[in-house]
Amino acid sequence: MCDLDEGSNEDSMGRDSVKRISSKCMKCKESPALLIIRVGDAFCRNCFKEYFVHKFRAMLGKNRLVFPGEKVLLAVSGGPSSSSLLFQVQEGLSHKASKKLRFVPGIVHIEEGAACGKTLEERTKIVADLKSIFSTSGFPFVIVYLEEVFSLPSSVLQSIFSLPTEKDDLYKDAVAGFMQSCHTSVKKNLCHETVAQETTLTEDHTHASLLSTHAHANETSISAFRGKFPFSPEQTEAVEKLFASMKTLTAKEEMLQTLRKHLILYTARIKGYSKVMMGDSCTRLAVKLLANICLGRGAFLAMDTGFSDPRHGDITIIRPMREYSAKEIAFYNKLFGVPSVFTAGLNTKAPEKASIQHLTESFIVKLQADFPSTVSTIYRTSEKLNPRYSQTPADDKGTETCLLCSCVLGIELRDEASAFRAISISEELSQSKKPEGGQVSSSTMEECCAENKMETLESSGCSCQSRERRNTTPDFWSLLCYSCKLVVKDMTSLDLLPEYILEEANRRQRRTQIKREIQEYLLTSEDDADTAP
Amino acid sequence: MPVLCSRCEIKKAHLKRPKTGHSLCKECFFWVFEEEVHHSIVSAKLFNRGETVGIGASGGKDSTVLAHVMKVLNERYDYGLNLILLSVDEGITGYRDDSLETVKRNQEQYELPLKIVSYEELYGWTMDTIVKQVGLKNNCTFCGVFRRQALDRGAMMLEVDKICTGHNADDVAETVLMNFLRGDIARLRRCTAISTGSEGAIPRCKPLKYAYEKEIVLYAYFKKLDYFSTECIYSPNAYRGHARSFLKDLESIRPSSIIDVIHSGENLSVKEEVRMPIQGNCARCGYISSQKLCKACVLLEGLNRGLPKLGIGKHHKLQDKLLKSQPLTEEEEKKFKMISF
Repeated sequence: MCDLDEGSNEDSMGRDSVKRISSKCMKCKESPALLIIRVGDAFCRNCFKEYFVHKFRAMLGKNRLVFPGEKVLLAVSGGPSSSSLLFQVQEGLSHKASKKLRFVPGIVHIEEGAACGKTLEERTKIVADLKSIFSTSGFPFVIVYLEEVFSLPSSVLQSIFSLPTEKDDLYKDAVAGFMQSCHTSVKKNLCHETVAQETTLTEDHTHASLLSTHAHANETSISAFRGKFPFSPEQTEAVEKLFASMKTLTAKEEMLQTLRKHLILYTARIKGYSKVMMGDSCTRLAVKLLANICLGRGAFLAMDTGFSDPRHGDITIIRPMREYSAKEIAFYNKLFGVPSVFTAGLNTKAPEKASIQHLTESFIVKLQADFPSTVSTIYRTSEKLNPRYSQTPADDKGTETCLLCSCVLGIELRDEASAFRAISISEELSQSKKPEGGQVSSSTMEECCAENKMETLESSGCSCQSRERRNTTPDFWSLLCYSCKLVVKDMTSLDLLPEYILEEANRRQRRTQIKREIQEYLLTSEDDADTAP
Repeated sequence: MPVLCSRCEIKKAHLKRPKTGHSLCKECFFWVFEEEVHHSIVSAKLFNRGETVGIGASGGKDSTVLAHVMKVLNERYDYGLNLILLSVDEGITGYRDDSLETVKRNQEQYELPLKIVSYEELYGWTMDTIVKQVGLKNNCTFCGVFRRQALDRGAMMLEVDKICTGHNADDVAETVLMNFLRGDIARLRRCTAISTGSEGAIPRCKPLKYAYEKEIVLYAYFKKLDYFSTECIYSPNAYRGHARSFLKDLESIRPSSIIDVIHSGENLSVKEEVRMPIQGNCARCGYISSQKLCKACVLLEGLNRGLPKLGIGKHHKLQDKLLKSQPLTEEEEKKFKMISF
C-alpha cells in the first residue's frame, strides 16, 4: 500500500528534501543540475541525454524482439512521444552512434482530420509540416488517410499465425549471422539485403504477397503523398457519417483507435514490415490501462498495454517508449529540439466528462498531483499481468477472435456466475417474453429502440434501420468481444461500418453456420487439420 | 402517452432501471430485483440447506435491503436457511449509535434474532478514541481491520456457518479500482470473488454483488424500508473517496461501466512468477494471517503502546523488534508516533 508509505515519509522528506534536491547532478555530481524528474532526481544535460538514450536501447535489447535487419514501421502521430521515438531511432541509426541500432525503419502517419471535422486546408498544412519532419529523417514514409479505410480488404482482420519457435535461439543466431555478414561485405546495402533473406520470417510471406496483389487496385491510394488527395469527397462524407452515427464520444474514440490500428496493420503488411513501433508513453499507458478496465477489457490488459502485442500473428506491435513518463519526454524534446506537430484529436477541448478516456486522463493526472507514485504504481501492476488466454492456435485450439479487436472470444461464457451472466439475466428479466425467447449468451441490441416497446432482436416490428440487412442477426453480436459490443451498441446504424468489416462479419457467420451443420461429423478442429504435415 | 412497463406491458412504468435503462412498474421491479439476487445465489452456489447464515447488518440501506431480500427469498424458494442479524458497534458517536437503533427496529420488523458486538468489549478501544490517537488520515484502516475480526468473532460466538454482507456492485467496482491504483496485486485477485474464505475462517459472501447501489435505494424507497442514511463522519479523507467519485462520474457517462469494471476485475490474471502472500495463523490470537501476527494484533499493540503508526506502512523489521518486546531507539519510536501539527 504505497501511498501510506508516502504519508510516513512526508515528515522525513521535508527535512531531507533540502539535502536531496541539491544543485548538482545526481549522476556525475559535477555539472549543475538542469532538471528534476520523478520526485527528486536531478540531472544535468548530458547525463539526462545518456539516461534517456540508454533507456531506449535497454528496452529494445532486453526484450529481444527486434531482429537485426528487420523492417520496422514507426507509427508517428506527430505528438511528442512518437516524435521522440522517431528522433531516438534516427539518432540510433546515425553514424555517430556507438553500437548502431540494427533494424530498417519506415514511417507511417495516419491522418485523421476527417473524423475530427477539420477542413482540407488545415489538413494539408499539418501534413506538409509532418512531411518536412519525415523527409529530414531520411526514412521512407507513407501518409495514410482515414478515408482509405473504405478501400481496405477484409483480409486485414485475419490474424496469420505461424508455428511457435524458440525465440531466444533465433535471436542469437540472427545476430551472429548479421555480424558475420557485416564483416564480410563491404557495402552497407549488401549487409542489409543478405540478412533480410536470412531472417526467419514465417511462411506468411506468401500470404503477404497475396495481399499486395489484391491491393494493386488500391496501390495508388496507399502511396506517398503526391500533391493530391488519394481519396474522394464521398469517402470523407462516409467517415463523417460513421462518426456522427456514434452516440457517445467514448465509442467514437474506440472506433477511431480500431480503424487506425487496421490501417497501420494493412500498411505494414503490404509494405513487408513485420514489426510496428508505437510511441505510447508511461503516462499514456497508465491512462489506457485504467480506461480499459472501465471499458470491460480487463482480460486483455496485458496485450493492449504490454511491450509486445502478438494478436495479429505476423505483425507484432511493440511499445519501446513505455517506460518514459510524459514529463521526461517533454523535457527531452525541449532540451534537444525534437520537432513535433500538434494535431487536435477527437477529445481536444472537450469537457471533462465527455468520454471515459478523457475522464480517466484527468482523474489520473489529478491523482498524480496528490500521490506522485500513482502512474508508476499502475505501470508496475501492469507488468505483473499476463494475457489470460493465449492467442496462438497451437495452445488454444479453435479459438475465435473478435471482429474488431482480434482478442479471444468467449471468456465471459466460461464462468457460470460472472458479471456477464448477471447483466444478461438482467436484460432478459426486464423485458416481456416473446415466443422466440431471448438468447442468454448474446446481449440484445435494443438501445436504439429503448424508448419504444421493448422487443428482442428476432422479433419484427423494430423500426431500426439496420434490421433490413441480413447480417445484423444475433450472430453478429457473437462475433464481438464484450467491450466491442458496447462500442457497436452505441451506433445508430451498422450499415455505416466500412465494407471490409461487414464483409468479414458475413464470411465468419457463414463459416460458423457451415460448421454448425457438420459439427457432428468433425473429429478434430480445423486448426489441427491445417497444421498437420 | 404514459410509458408502459417493459415487462408486463400492462401497468404504467414507475421507474427507469439504472442498470439497463428499461422502464418498469413497481411490482415488476421488485420481482426482477429479487430474481437477480436469487440468480446470483443459485449460480454461485452460495448456500446449502440447513445452514445458519449471519447477515452483517449496519442499519444502512445495503444491509437492510439484504436482510429483507434474504428473508423473502428464503421463504419463496425454500432455501431452508437459518437467518441471524449480526451487527458491529464501532463506537462512533453521532453515526453508529443512531444506525444501531435502526438495526434494532429491523430486528422487530423482520423477526430475526440480533447480536451486537462492540469494539469496546472486544478490543477495549472505540473509533472515537482511536481517531484521537491516530488522526484523521489512516483511521479507516483501523476500523476496517477491527470490523472484519469483530464480525468473525461475533459469528463464532453464534456458531454461524456463513456470513453474508451487503456489498453491492458499486462497492466491488470501487474496490477493483482502488486496488488497481494502489498496485495491490494480492487483493486484486480476490476482491471480485462473490464468496471468499478458506479453512479456519468462516466463509463470507456478497449476494448483492451485481446489484447497483441506485437500484438498492430504489428498492428500499418503493418498499418503504426503514434505513439509516448518513455517511460515516470520518470518511471524507479516505483514499476510497477518489475511486468512488471517479466511479460516479463513470456511471454518469455510461451506466453499464460498473458491471464493466467488475467484468474486467474478474478476468484479470496475474503472472505465476508474482509472489503472493501465504496464509498462516496469528501467533497471538490464532486468527488467519499472512504475517506472523495478524493486522489487528499489530494495530492494537500500537494503540496500547501509544505508537499509533505501528501497523501503518512497511516497517517490518522494526515491527518484529517491537513485538519481541525489545526496546526501540528514540529515532525509531518517532517514526511510529503521529505527526502532530
